[in-house]
This record gives sequence, C-alpha cells and structure tokens, in this order.
Amino acid sequence: MKKVFSRPKSLKPTPFRYCPGCGHSLVHRIIAEAVDQLKIRTRVIGIAPVGCAVFAYDYFNFDMLEAAHGRPPAAATALKRVMPEKIIFSYQGDGDLAAIGTSEIIHAANRGENLSVFFINNANYGMTGGQMAPTTIHGQRTTTTPSGRDAKTSGYPLRVSELLATIEGVSFVERVSVDSYKNLMRAKRAVTTAFLNQIDCKGFSFVEILSPCPTNWGMTPQKALQWLREALIPVYPLGIIKGKKCN
Amino acid sequence: MAKVVAVTGNEACANALRQVNPDVCGIYPITPQTDMMQRYASFIANGKVTTESILVESEHSSMSACIGAAAAGGRVITATSSQGLALMWEMLHIASGDRLPIIMPVVNRALSAPLNIHGDHSDAMGARDTGWIQIWSENAQESYDNTIQAFRIGEHMDIRLPVMVCLDGFIISHSIERMEYLEDGEVRDFVGEFKNFLPLLDLEKPKSYGPLILTDLYHEYKRAQHEVMTKVKDVVLDVAKDFEKLSGRKYGLFESYRLEDADIALVILNSAAGTSKDVIDEFRQRGVKAGLLKPRLFRPFPYEEAAEALKNTKAVCVMDRADSFGGYGPLFMEITSALYHLKERPVLINKIYGLGGRDYMPSHAELVLNELNEIAKGGKVKIIKEYLGVRE
Repeated sequence: MKKVFSRPKSLKPTPFRYCPGCGHSLVHRIIAEAVDQLKIRTRVIGIAPVGCAVFAYDYFNFDMLEAAHGRPPAAATALKRVMPEKIIFSYQGDGDLAAIGTSEIIHAANRGENLSVFFINNANYGMTGGQMAPTTIHGQRTTTTPSGRDAKTSGYPLRVSELLATIEGVSFVERVSVDSYKNLMRAKRAVTTAFLNQIDCKGFSFVEILSPCPTNWGMTPQKALQWLREALIPVYPLGIIKGKKCN
Repeated sequence: MAKVVAVTGNEACANALRQVNPDVCGIYPITPQTDMMQRYASFIANGKVTTESILVESEHSSMSACIGAAAAGGRVITATSSQGLALMWEMLHIASGDRLPIIMPVVNRALSAPLNIHGDHSDAMGARDTGWIQIWSENAQESYDNTIQAFRIGEHMDIRLPVMVCLDGFIISHSIERMEYLEDGEVRDFVGEFKNFLPLLDLEKPKSYGPLILTDLYHEYKRAQHEVMTKVKDVVLDVAKDFEKLSGRKYGLFESYRLEDADIALVILNSAAGTSKDVIDEFRQRGVKAGLLKPRLFRPFPYEEAAEALKNTKAVCVMDRADSFGGYGPLFMEITSALYHLKERPVLINKIYGLGGRDYMPSHAELVLNELNEIAKGGKVKIIKEYLGVRE
C-alpha cells in the first residue's frame, strides 16, 4: 500500500500537550513541514520562548536553545553570526516578543539580521493564565483587565508587524492566521518564504501568526476560531505587509 | 474581630495589600506570583481599592514605574518572582539608593537555567545585596502579617527603605491554609496614612533623585545607607510589638523553636521550618535536645542576636534552599559570620536542600538531626557543605 501521510521528520513522536483548540500545535506542524520540504532539518536551530511554547523543544526534532524571556532575537543574532550556514529561527509569543522583548526584536530587525522570526499573537499572556498583553484588543477582558482593556489606562493593541515593516533592515513581513485550512496553507507559505529568504540571505523575515487561545479567552475551540475571525482579524488584518512571497 | 479563612499564600498577600490600599501598583505576571497581582487587579476592577494600576511590559519597567510613583510621593507596591526579580536587579539598587519605601512580596522561585518554575530561594538570595530589607515568611499567615508590617517598617521616617516579603513559591503561594485576617479598618489604622518625604514636583524646593555623584560623595552616600540599615532591627521589633497587640501574634527578628537548652539545631528559612519543627518535636520526645532557628529578618541580618540564640548549642546545620556555587549556602555564610565572634562555637555544617521545588521531607530533617547528634557527641564532620536528597 502506498504511504500517503506521515509525521514530518522535524516533529518528534510526542503528543502535543497544548490546550484543546490551541494554535501552537498547528504552527509547530507547519514549521516542521516547511523545514522538511526545504530539506534544512540538519542545519536548522530553533529558539524557544518563555510562554506556552516554552516546550517547543519537546516537539521539534532538531536543536533548540531556550532563551530568557524576550531575548530570542538577540540569541538568534549571535547564533546566525557565529554559524552563518545554519538556518536560525525564533518562535515567540506576544508576551515574549511584543512586551518584555520589544527591545530585542526591534534592534535585531533594525540590524537586518538574516533570521526568520515566527510571532504567535493570541492577544493575551497565555501561559500565566490570560493577562493583558500589548496585543490585547480594545475592550477585551483578561485577568488583569477584568472590565475590558481601556486605552486610557492600558494603551492600544500593538501592531508589531506594521511597526517592524517601517524598519529599513526588514525584508519580509506577513500576518497570517491558523483559523481555517485555507489560512493555515497561507501561513505555511509565509513560514516557507521566511526560511527561503534566510537561505537566500535576504535578511530579516517576520511572520505574525494569529492563533486561538480558547482556554484563556473562555471559549470553546470553535467559538475561539469565530472570535479570531470576527474580532481579531479586523484589528490585525492579514496579508503581506512588506516584501514579496517566494514562489 | 479577626476573620478565620482558608486561603492560599498569594490570596493572603493580595488581601493584605487590599487592606492597605496603596496609591500605585506595578503589575506584570510571573509564575508563581501571577495570581497575587491578578487578584489585586480584580480588587481594582471591583472598586475595592482606589489603587492606580500600571500594566507594564516587563519587571524592569514595573520596578521603574514603582520608583517613579514612589519618588512622586505615592505609597507603592508590586510583586514578583524569580526571573522577574532578576530582571529588576538594576532597579532594585535604585529603589533602595533613592530611599523609596516600595513594598514587594517576592514569591520565591528557582532561577534559570535550566528553566524551573518551582520554589527555592535563589531569587531573593540574589537580591541580598540590593539594599532592600528582606523579611521571610513560613506560611500564609506570616506572609500576610509580614506584608502588613512591611509598610510600617519601610515607611518609618528613620528608615525609608524598600522591603521585600518572601514566601515560598507554590508550597505557600498556592496551598490553602487556615489563617486569620484582620479587619480592614484595623489594618488601615495600623499602617496609618502614608507620609511623604521629599516628594517630587515641589516647586518651592526643587530636587533630583539619583543624581550623578562620583568620587566626591558616593562613598559617604553608601555609608549612610549602611547606617540606616543598622536602625532597622529596632523598628522591626517595635512594629512587631504593636502588631502583637493588634493580632495576638508574636514576631521577632527570628523564631527560636525549642532552642533554649538545645544541643543540636537547624537554621532554616520559610516553609521548610514548619516541616522541621515537627521532626524536632519527635527528637525531643526521644530525649534528644534539638531546636530550630528560623530567620525572619534576613536583611539586615541580626548577627548578635542569632549568635546569642545559638551559642549554647554543640552542633548546628544551616539549611540553604539556594546555593552560592563555589561558596557555601548564603544562609550558612551569615550564620558562620554571626558565630565567629563567640569564644566557644558550635560545629557548623551546611546542607543544600529542595532546589527547584524538590520536596523537603521529614526524613530529610531526621537525617540531618541524626548527623548533628553524632557530631555533638564528638563525631567528626565528614563534609561541611553537602546536597541533601540528591537522586543518584
């Protein structure tokens, strides 16, 4: 019988332990598939964040470095400069990248480091139990904004992709989502583009991935996908913001 | 009237803070503290307190915000753990150097790497030299009581220093215990109105906090900080006396447990002291004169008083839930310094236990007390510093 489907080599045979309906396992999967298809598994090194995806190294079947909270872009810079032949990516959430690590991401981008950065935006701090993140949208209830986020006291949703797209050193920025099969395939293409750009030495590539967090949003997985489409995407529109897709 | 409740350590501290109702609170989550500030955010949302919360993007910013608010003349709080405290390190020195009485519960947790979220004392021990007052707590009740007393201590006009109140991550922060709350009004009266000292925005007397001071007076400035620390012990004891009148609960610089006639003793911080006390009772029943010293005030450290309490013992084990790699455990170093000046000193050993949340069991205390008993009878010390309960 012909084998039509198998686990990507870049994923270990470890069951995902993320919450039901969480987007992390989907994103892990598309990164693993992209790494396999580009045949870069033996030269890819990933950097795990602090956040829910702190366990990324339990799932990816290649070398991973665990950085301090928010510091993956700085660690990635060093890895890439020391080993320019390797393919380096960081995998960061909105707590890691858009809050505590804002400085590192902006300066890695501004230096135009030849890196691939995958940024998971689920509009809250997932691992610590659903506190307000800089990406939390207006009126969104979190455990630290129980009455809903109010711009007067806690600011506005931070559009990291648009912010980074203004930086000269950045070659590619795309915002994608994992709410549907169609969008998941687009996300995979964006991830692949980010890797290809690095292979071709085109510089800093950034993919923001809108991802559901049913547990902390207090929704069923299905309802979370609906909320992502109806509430999150209007604030964070999908599409290429800078650069071109690789064919 | 005291209210008996069943709450976690985090909830107890959050309620102590609610009862004080400070002006400003820096909020940034980190396990296992998260739940404390999250509860505080609910108090704000529900109108239980009038505190201005600042949801910042990192602990470095949280402490920076606290410094700004305190310099502006506010009563200021935040809370953190582990990497959060480590990230604050730079700002901790500025808070104490600027003499700003910020109150911060620290829910003790191990430090990376490897990454670990469970309880040990590495975080607060790393902040030992930051110029903050450190008060350590065995259980939820002590965490609550110490948090309330911390305001009186740090804000005392002779002191004006920031205070961290330490409690064990998960073991205390997340376990539910029976404890007593004071009435809101009692706490308010106990801590009193916040008194400003040289707040900013005084156009009559403009001033700067933390300016550049080089070789001319920096040395003298630090000498003054040392001088202030020498006054803390008396204030801690005075505040404890007042607190006892209010609550009936007695606090000192440390707790002496069955130490008066003890031949052997453990020196141990926080929750593990509770476990150890039960084992000491068992040894006492068997006729072994065992005792325990549980430090409460760790910075400034009460050297003379600790030496006085331990001077008649024959053998002492200092138990550290943190290590100074290449040195001895941090608590051990304090106790050896304290005892050095005695003419006759007990034999001292150091055990490192419970790192990264490894359980501290009664059997560990038994092991150590048996070893101390042998040493007290004239046995030799085999290893001065040793890790307890290591998996082979």
